[in-house]
Amino acid sequence: MTVQPEWPLYEIFVRGKRGLNHVHVGSLHAADDEMALRHARDVYTRRNEGVSIWAVRADLIVASSPDEKDPLFAPAGDKVYRHPTFYAIPDDVPHM
Amino acid sequence: MTATANADREADFERTIEHHDRIEPRDWMPEKYRATVIRQVAQHAHSEIIGMQPEGNWITRAPSLRRKAILLAKVQDEAGHGLYLYSACETLGVSRGELTDKLISGKQKYSSIFNYPTLSYADVGTIGWLVDGAAICNQVPLCRTSYGPYGRAMIRVCKEESFHQRQGYELLMTMMSGTDEQRAMVQESVDRFWWPALMMFGPPDADSPNTAQSMAWGIKRDTNDDLRQKFVDMSVPQAEALGVTLPDPELAWNEERGHHDFGQPDWDEFAAVVSGSGPCNAQRIAHRKRAHDEGAWVREAALAFAAKGTDL
Repeated sequence: MTVQPEWPLYEIFVRGKRGLNHVHVGSLHAADDEMALRHARDVYTRRNEGVSIWAVRADLIVASSPDEKDPLFAPAGDKVYRHPTFYAIPDDVPHM
Repeated sequence: MTATANADREADFERTIEHHDRIEPRDWMPEKYRATVIRQVAQHAHSEIIGMQPEGNWITRAPSLRRKAILLAKVQDEAGHGLYLYSACETLGVSRGELTDKLISGKQKYSSIFNYPTLSYADVGTIGWLVDGAAICNQVPLCRTSYGPYGRAMIRVCKEESFHQRQGYELLMTMMSGTDEQRAMVQESVDRFWWPALMMFGPPDADSPNTAQSMAWGIKRDTNDDLRQKFVDMSVPQAEALGVTLPDPELAWNEERGHHDFGQPDWDEFAAVVSGSGPCNAQRIAHRKRAHDEGAWVREAALAFAAKGTDL
């Protein structure tokens, strides 16, 4: 069997309803952008799961590396003062 | 990569598994874990795709427009499930083309159940009730499998399987409220599918060499025998409500265990079907290969069109 060149991979994001973010739902192969949208409609929204679809070529996504997750996210780790619970406010102060 | 860094990555992996957290595509993982997940997800994806054939066989002969629309939707879902799972499998670094080749060349398997023929329209109902019912038993725990993309695909699949099982059961209920001949068709169909449905959970635990490692890694969540027991316990009251007899003389409630006792499927038959000698193995693969070969020009033409750009 001859191995054919594959259609490029697209990552698919669906907005479930107005007011919500697009959320990643999976991926699929398509020859071009328009086909990616049509396939996404058939594969990921057969039961009214969405009102809007984004299809993004997987090779265009820039991602952080899992190997670097410690140094990348470390700066947030020791900044407890960024959280509201860091500040002691008397219980009887209303609306805080 | 130094030995220490390697040990760190392995410890990270073990810790993630221990905390029942998910492993994600770009995480380091032992090669054997990767190979095991690829094998299981590929087999699962192939089962969905081959599973379109036994029921697809009846689309043109559905007894009403309503049944035809339902069956079309169901078979389309199976295609969708195959696609979710192929995508999950590809995140582990295997290509769609490789997976298709391995299915067609027999290097990867699919569920033995799809090597049995569908001889009457009642089989559409029985497959929905028993085969999809068994699939649900298998798949619900897999929503918590340790490999993230597989678990997420299973959540989507499980949401849709419920429709499959219910449409099948409703079809059988409709036939059971029909003529004696229709009731006999249902019973005959259940007689043929009961044992192959029990085989869907795989060999008994004692003969399932991969189970222990797969469970330690959180890829599988329950043993074959536990899932089989659960399926039997679920099916008995459903069979009673339907008015059919499950073809197992040993089937009986065991008060002490709080479960049904039941007979063993014919494991020699199971081994024969898995190794390629089932009633429809050759036909299923030949059909898949023909569809793939005949679609080659479409895949090529779409790529050629895309290469020209959109401003034609």
